[in-house]
Amino acid sequence: MRDIFDSTVERLFSDLVTTDAVLACESGEWPAELWAAVEASGFTLAAVPESRGGAGADWADVCGVVRLSGRFNLPLPLPEAMLANWLLGASGLEAVPGALSFAAGGTLRLVAGKVSGSAVEVPWGRHVEQVVAIATGDAPSVVLLPTEGAKLIGSTNTAAEPRDTLEFASVVPLAIAPLPTGFPADVLKLGGAMLRAAQIAGALEGVLAMSTTYAGERVQFGKPIGSFQAIQHQIALLAEQAAASVIAAEAAFAESGERLARLPVTAAKICASEAAGVGAGVAHAVHGAIGFTHEHALHLSTRRLWSWRSEFGTLTDWSQQLGRAVCAGGSGAFWPSITAGAPGACKETRA
Amino acid sequence: MRFVNSVAADGATPNCDRPMSIDQFKYSRIPPEAEALRAEVRSFLAGALADYPAVRRSESWMGFDADFSRRLGAQGWIGMALPRRYGGGDASPFARYVVIEELLAAGAPVSAHWFADRQSGPQILHYGTEAQKDRHLPAICRGEQYFCIGMSEPNSGSDLASIKTRARREGDKWVVNGQKVWTTNAHRSHFMIALVRTGENSKRQEGLSQFIVDLTLPGITIRPIKDLAGSEHFNEVFFDELVLDADALIGLEGQGWSQVTAELAFERSGPERFLSSIALIHTLIDAVGKDPDALQAKEVGRLAARLVTLRNMSLAVTAQLAAGRNPAWEASVVKDLGAVFEQEIPELAQLLCEISPTVQGGGDHARVLAYLTQTAPSFSLRGGTREILRGIIARGLGLR
Repeated sequence: MRDIFDSTVERLFSDLVTTDAVLACESGEWPAELWAAVEASGFTLAAVPESRGGAGADWADVCGVVRLSGRFNLPLPLPEAMLANWLLGASGLEAVPGALSFAAGGTLRLVAGKVSGSAVEVPWGRHVEQVVAIATGDAPSVVLLPTEGAKLIGSTNTAAEPRDTLEFASVVPLAIAPLPTGFPADVLKLGGAMLRAAQIAGALEGVLAMSTTYAGERVQFGKPIGSFQAIQHQIALLAEQAAASVIAAEAAFAESGERLARLPVTAAKICASEAAGVGAGVAHAVHGAIGFTHEHALHLSTRRLWSWRSEFGTLTDWSQQLGRAVCAGGSGAFWPSITAGAPGACKETRA
Repeated sequence: MRFVNSVAADGATPNCDRPMSIDQFKYSRIPPEAEALRAEVRSFLAGALADYPAVRRSESWMGFDADFSRRLGAQGWIGMALPRRYGGGDASPFARYVVIEELLAAGAPVSAHWFADRQSGPQILHYGTEAQKDRHLPAICRGEQYFCIGMSEPNSGSDLASIKTRARREGDKWVVNGQKVWTTNAHRSHFMIALVRTGENSKRQEGLSQFIVDLTLPGITIRPIKDLAGSEHFNEVFFDELVLDADALIGLEGQGWSQVTAELAFERSGPERFLSSIALIHTLIDAVGKDPDALQAKEVGRLAARLVTLRNMSLAVTAQLAAGRNPAWEASVVKDLGAVFEQEIPELAQLLCEISPTVQGGGDHARVLAYLTQTAPSFSLRGGTREILRGIIARGLGLR
């Protein structure tokens, strides 16, 4: 399934996600036709069980789709819709069509069947029709909320991607279910971190290819700059970081099934966040002044890397969580927790 | 596990048709039958190393203990991926991986058999004659026959193809003259696999051959070189009219370079390339305690995350070796990232705790910190320097 998914999405994105399309979205447009084409491909429902209207794909099957979303700077909440629909399906709710995102943070509370409070940093919040979130109450609930009528406080990241706050006042959810047993209260943040890790990996693959090509073409002192050791060694660092982020993301997706795998996801987001900074820095050093212009496409990737690394938990946030779990376990538990992959040292926090 | 020669390794141009890609890192889980070994290895080590001090554990794969190696051999954990008819276990590279990462994580003294298990054994299996296999492989597997690797020379470090040690034919013998240096364990190994010049060619990489040198022969002088921390691991080795029988040649005359190249994928990709400082991670976690401050929590967590990822990268290379490919490029990526990781750990220990390194006195953490602080510079030298590795990575990407 993986190969078919990857080749289908790569063809779709190559045809439709052009630099002009990305820039148009950055100026505030919602690319309705592009969204329609992506939705028609069926990938927003890929990770949903077949019994809930999805394709029943494993996370491992869709890692490539998310990496390619990153590589092509896809200006749409496709990864977000995949995760949101997955959680609906896992909660026994029907997956939904249409532009869909999710909220991993905020103050949503469920009282007497109605949701109030704010959902923060919602990707494409201003454009999507519905948002999946977890509302607190007597017990945490998965809720599907309509965005129409919510108060919008607009915000964008460094790539002009909407990361909006939505304020809800006594809104009746379109669907509601208890958070499934064994699911952590931060499941959407964890899932978001997994998505961004794979998108960063994809963007770094693109940045590596651009930097390698440019270093082979740009001539100074009578030879391509890629023949200079100083440039070669910087690009080697970029390749190492890109490779680390790719395998970390693949591990996170492969180990996630009905539940997200906390340690691999945490490791992936930490490594990807570190790689994003190093990789973008090297790419700009290699490209020189032309890479700093709006005209050159490099910034489409690097401005995303600079934001994606801090979305759904910064390197510091995830590192501290993991570090506290490691220290609590003591030295004797450390290595066994690494080999077990889902260690006792990295406990789920159930709300 | 096979040796395949497709990518040059050291200073040479990769003879691959298309550029390398990070897509070659495929996530590979350890198969359940290999994973099943882990509990047995842990239980053996818990007994065998019960009173083994932390500072000895920090010697990692430089810790030498022939008795321990023989005990491991009796367990069937040396040369385990070699065929049964030569004393091995026909085990998968993943089974071997589980065993060696457990040995390294525990800080077991594996140095005696390490090089034979990692590269000489597989190399003899691939290139050796039946007689060579019979002579060496069963004894390697028993943990009784130790090897060292004779590559570097006084004027040939990173530029390996410039070696000058020479073997000339005399009748059905070879006569060797020259010098090797930085040869780890030469003073306590039985054999060296030496890269030697046997012909004159316009291309430096041609005309090189490998020999299995019996280190008890006359004409060999071995002098340990004390390292900066006072340990004696590496040596200089002199060959003065050393006479070797014709059957000392391993593989084909003139093919030494491609044989060495294939060997380097084994040498560079294993877990010893990022676990050398794990003893210090262990003492650091205990020194920090159960209630870390914000900086301690962050840096300990970051270490754990990077370790998880390096291990997955190393396993991806193991999968390629298991499939019979030569992942020399990928191995260089793992080794360079791994060395940066290993070297950063003593620096982080300094950052996170107010404990000074001690050679005499002090607690476990202080002793381990002192040892690894002084050893860490070698991590980006041994097995290929940082600069050579980054050059290989860049050339693999098509830069030249």
